[in-house]
Amino acid sequence: MPGFGLTMGLTLSWLSIIILIPLAGLFLKSLELSPEQFWNILSSRRTLNALRVSFGLAFAAACVNLVMGSIIVWALVRYRFPGRRIFDAIVDVPFALPTAVAGVALTALFAEKGWLGAPLAALGIKVAFTPVGIFVAMIFIGIPFVVRTVQPVLQDLDPEIEEAAGSLGASRWQTIIRVILPSLAPALLTGLALAFARAVGEYGSVIFIAGNLPNVSEIAPLLIVIRLSEFRYADATAIAVVMLVVSFVVIFAVNRLQRWAQSRIPAR
Amino acid sequence: MKEKTQVTIEAKNLVKKFGTFAALDGVDLKVDNGELLALLGPSGSGKTTLLRIIAGLDWPDSGEVSFNGEDALAQGARERHVGFVFQHYALFRHMTVFENVAFGLRVQPRAVRKDEATIRARVKELLDLVQLDWLADRYPSQLSGGQRQRIALARALAIEPRILLLDEPFGALDAKVRKELRRWLRSLHHEINVTSIFVTHDQEEALEVANRVVVMDKGRIEQIGSPDDVYETPATAFVHGFIGESIELPVQVDGGVIRLGDQPLQLAAEGLASGASKLFVRRHDMLVGPPGSGAFEGAVQHVRNFGPVLRAEVALSGGETIEIDAPRDKELRAGDTIGLNPRRYRIFAG
Repeated sequence: MPGFGLTMGLTLSWLSIIILIPLAGLFLKSLELSPEQFWNILSSRRTLNALRVSFGLAFAAACVNLVMGSIIVWALVRYRFPGRRIFDAIVDVPFALPTAVAGVALTALFAEKGWLGAPLAALGIKVAFTPVGIFVAMIFIGIPFVVRTVQPVLQDLDPEIEEAAGSLGASRWQTIIRVILPSLAPALLTGLALAFARAVGEYGSVIFIAGNLPNVSEIAPLLIVIRLSEFRYADATAIAVVMLVVSFVVIFAVNRLQRWAQSRIPAR
Repeated sequence: MKEKTQVTIEAKNLVKKFGTFAALDGVDLKVDNGELLALLGPSGSGKTTLLRIIAGLDWPDSGEVSFNGEDALAQGARERHVGFVFQHYALFRHMTVFENVAFGLRVQPRAVRKDEATIRARVKELLDLVQLDWLADRYPSQLSGGQRQRIALARALAIEPRILLLDEPFGALDAKVRKELRRWLRSLHHEINVTSIFVTHDQEEALEVANRVVVMDKGRIEQIGSPDDVYETPATAFVHGFIGESIELPVQVDGGVIRLGDQPLQLAAEGLASGASKLFVRRHDMLVGPPGSGAFEGAVQHVRNFGPVLRAEVALSGGETIEIDAPRDKELRAGDTIGLNPRRYRIFAG
């Protein structure tokens, strides 16, 4: 193939400069720690809690986004209603909005005197400055990932297959479970993985609403920043390496799952 | 195959509008037990809409549909027990061929659902019927168009439908496969004998496969009849022009004389209303003779060899240019002046 050498060379050097070398630096830095030190940093209560908050809430938020995102996609693709294009554009707002702006806005909204915070406080639910706030922010920033991954696949899904299922005697529910969802599965899994990855790494919008109470509402990225500001670089890299490895494993697993689902739906 | 309960279908005065466009504009149709009926017409004639209404995939604005005298419009597609085959197959691409065919059996209500062994046997039987049992483990994307359509048919037959409906079943296939499948569909129908309707815009397909043809145009039925009827005795100008290769000439009828331009033609005009009319002649019904021997006179422009016939372009002395089919043994050359006499012709007012 003409151009192979040039494009391959560019691809490799670019990926190295942008991704591989910084990652390698991260691992090298963490090697300054003895295994024992490494273990002590990780097994400290504060680190474990920060990782638990980040990964646990990110996963929960991604699951919520998977369900709600699918419903939104369905409405946007399958129905024609006034304002559809506007709603379609609104989905992208979390992409485009600076995360700090989103964080401030959400905090104002959910603070005890805020528009949503006040009625919720009356019900005894506190959102701002609690883990619930982190959860809300993570849902906010993750929703476009599910919608935008599933949308093209659903658009491509021939409505005739639903009619076919119906005329073969399938109920609406059977059609969804046996025909539509399996066809969308690879895209849904990709959307889930992307929303999860984004939520795990989210910093800007979360720190405003989180309250950042150690062991309760402190996310791992924030703990890294705190360690850096304390000049405890090795501590920071140790946490970073763990986040990296866990994220990698999760993405890899979802990728395999998605491949498997894809292999059952060979391209047309 | 098991004994089928057979069904007559009756549609009365169906009207269906999409916005201001009338897809069906008062359609009456009766389909008898075990018939293989073709709905033939150009695109936009309403044939697919009619089929979808019978299937329960669309609803008419007004009118009635009944199966064996029972109101079918009260039921959805799911309850009607109608097998529907889509033009683009609509196979479930995440399922194997086997699971596609088994789908209708697996989604049956628990009370009547067959056990796994019975389902497997039935699917095997259907795949044998469409002669594709060796493809059971493949996915639809690994099949050719003709194979996919046969699987779609097997899937529709799995539910033992009371009626089989096929929407342009061969429309997406290439010419050779289409011909094979036509013949195959006819023999399959003979074997299973389910009341069947198929939609097509291909007249050859309709005439070859169906035992009755419904010709539609602009949301109305133009003619219903056997393939011979619609070909030999077209009821309207549209049918004559749409089916078979026709020469169409604008003529004027007045007082028992037919004129093309200002020339009177030596053709019988009894019983024809005066006024502007259209004269239709099949290409092969224009007999070639020496100059002065027929109703028309013309100069041969081109002659092409068209398989079993010679196709000649003839400029009539009235100014019109027509194409005729002559037997191959006729000596026709460009530049010849010839006489033409229509062996059979029809005149429609309008």
